[in-house]
Formats: sequence, C-alpha cells, structure tokens
Amino acid sequence: MNLPLLNADNLLCERDDRVLFERLSWSAFPGELWQITGPNGAGKTTLMRILAGLHGHFEGSLRWPVAESEGVDPRQQRLMIGHRAGLRAELTALENLRWWLALHQQHLNVVQANQALARLGLAGYETVTVAQLSAGQARRVALTLLWLLDKPVWLLDEPFTALDADGVSLIEQRLRTLADNGALVLYSSHHRVNGEARRIALGAGAGEVL
Amino acid sequence: MSFAATLQREVLLAWRRPSEIINPLFFFVMVVALFPLGVSPRPELLATLAPGIIWVAALLAVLLSIDGLFRADHECGALEQLLTAPQSLYVPVLAKLLAHWLLTGLPLVLMTPLLGYMLHLPAAAIAVLFVAVLLGTPTLVAIGAIGAALTVSLRSGGILLSLLVLPLYVPVLVFGAGVVGYAAQGLPVSGILALLGAMMLASLTLAPAAVAAGLRISSGS
Repeated sequence: MNLPLLNADNLLCERDDRVLFERLSWSAFPGELWQITGPNGAGKTTLMRILAGLHGHFEGSLRWPVAESEGVDPRQQRLMIGHRAGLRAELTALENLRWWLALHQQHLNVVQANQALARLGLAGYETVTVAQLSAGQARRVALTLLWLLDKPVWLLDEPFTALDADGVSLIEQRLRTLADNGALVLYSSHHRVNGEARRIALGAGAGEVL
Repeated sequence: MSFAATLQREVLLAWRRPSEIINPLFFFVMVVALFPLGVSPRPELLATLAPGIIWVAALLAVLLSIDGLFRADHECGALEQLLTAPQSLYVPVLAKLLAHWLLTGLPLVLMTPLLGYMLHLPAAAIAVLFVAVLLGTPTLVAIGAIGAALTVSLRSGGILLSLLVLPLYVPVLVFGAGVVGYAAQGLPVSGILALLGAMMLASLTLAPAAVAAGLRISSGS
C-alpha cells in the first residue's frame, strides 16, 4: 500500500475575519503534479505557506505520512521556492545558490550549477549580481534549484511569474520530469491551466479538489 | 556548514554595501566628537563625562544598525528560505550575529581608545574602556537581534525595537560606564569586567534561540 506524502484533512484558513478556504481535504502521492489555482487573493500563497510550515494559523490537520513512517523531519523532504524567491540583489547567482544549498546541507558544485544556469539561458550571468538581472532572469536563477537539489516534495509559489513562454515550457517540462522520477510537485499559478496536473481550485471562500 | 556559508554570505553582503558598516561608525564618532563642542572643552569635565558619552554613543550606534539585521532578508524572501530549511535556526542565526558584530561592532571597539584619548581619559581608564566595550558590544548585538527578529515584519518597527531593547541595554550601560569610572579612580575592575564577560557569554548562547523563536513568530508559524 502506497503511503501519501501529504495528507491534508479539512483545512480551514481565515484571514482578517474572512474565510479563505474551508473543508479542503486531499492526499497527494509521490509522482503527482498538483496545481493550485484561483483568482488573486484567493489564498494560494497562504496555502503554500501552510504546506511549507511557515503559517500556523489554520484549522484541520496536515500530515506527512511518508516522513512519519520513515521517522524523518518533514522539513527534510520539502523545498519551497516562494513568490519572492529569496535572492539577495547584492549577490551573484552562484553566491545566492551556494547559501541556499548550504541551508540544505549541500555543497555547491560549480560545474553542475553552471550547467543548470546555462540550461536556463543564463550562461555568462553566473557572476553577475542579481540586481543587474531582469525579473525573469532572477526567477530563473531561483528555479535552477529544480536541477540542483533532490527533494521528494517541491512547493513552488507562482513559479511562472515573469518567465517568457520558453521559460514556462522549460519549467513545466522539468516539473513533469521531477514527478515522473517520484517527487511530489505542488505549484500555484493563476493563469495557465496545465491539463496534466491535478487541481486544487481556491476562490470565493471555498476550496475544491478537482 | 551553514555556519561558514552564512558568515561568508554576510561578509560578502557587507562588502558590496559598505554603507552598512560605515554609517554606525560615522554616527559613533560624530556624536562623541560633538560633545566637547556642545558641553565644554575643559579636560577634567570631559574625562568625567567620557565613559557615559562613549557608551551611550556606542549603544545607539548598535541600535541604529541592528534594525536592518533581518529586514533585507525578509523583504527578498531569504528569511523564508532560512525558516523552511531542514535544520535548527540556531547555527545560521549565531553566524549572522557574529558577522554583524564583526562588521559593525568591532570597528566601534577599535575606535574607542582614540575617542577616549580625545576626551582626556587617563591611560589606565582607556585600557579598561576598550576591554569593557569589547565585552559589551556583543551583548548589545545579541539582545538587539531579539528585538529585530520580533519586529522584522512590521513596516515601521524601528521605534518599537528601541522600546523593546533599550531597557535590556541598561545593565550593560551601567556596568560598562561604571567600570571605567572605577578605573579612573584606581579601584579594582576585574569583578565588573568578569560580569560584563558573563553577560556576553550568556546573551550569545541564549539569544540565537530567542531570535529563532522571534523569527518564527514574525513569519506567522
């Protein structure tokens, strides 16, 4: 019997006396791709932050059965790339990535990182400070982690913001590959509906699993 | 590993934005340098006031710089990376505090003998002042960081930070300035210096845990 990586039961979240979503229950298994959709202000980022363990003000239960059965800290399994990606403008792509990887107890392999950056069209920008990159390029630097870390659970908040069409399809392909290799990928996006992904639709104070 | 990486990152960041280091140091030197002009240039009066002036200026300089300790990381989302990382926050926070003290506290410490000399402190008192500021500023940074962590998500946390932190700075100020007065009168000072050292060790070991808790509260978890 396959254990779910993530089990959410009856989640309810209120913000400023307004219910963002309620009775939201789903189980997500390894190898699945989930898209969280909804209009602006529907609570996509809040749901992502709840899943990442950054937001504690919710009701219902959120469990990580695989981590529990293996006795590991669920934080070990997850990686979140937030909607503000967390890159310091004064540092270069490689310096930002080095610190980010160190937080996950991993050394930066410069050759591998350069390859990943090149794949995302950032060859030649490795040692340029993020301040000099465009918004889309900075987003690409953050998304390089999809190639540099090996995590069972990926939480991506609006990963396609500021990306061009090529970038979007490149990342979508990568998310599909990660899922095919047995990872669980949850991402939020309000514009484009991906036919392959399971969907959680938020909006109008409710949450629906499609 | 995250200790070294965080330390390296903080030093690099300061290198790219030197105003973070220079501003508090400039503030410190200006405040002390303006006192003789505003009060009186009489040597015996300045020597009496010197410990208090230098300590208050150092304390305010630390407070000035501590407000930005987590702000830039909060605004760009790096704090969320830190909070979601699969490890205790204690180690990277300790690295951040150490880096902050090395970059903003240590220059103040190195400047104090010169300022003491300028205010006509006797040589023995200058040595004690140097040691006292060396032992006291890490405490100021560690305590200030707790306030900075708690106020990081507030848009104008500066005044709240001062209100939170200043009462906790009072013991350091009282002992730090007092010990220099003792030295000027030729009284023994090792006991009070040991007390300042003990406060430094206690605050550096306990504050990272409090800062970590403060950051988690600020993020809403």
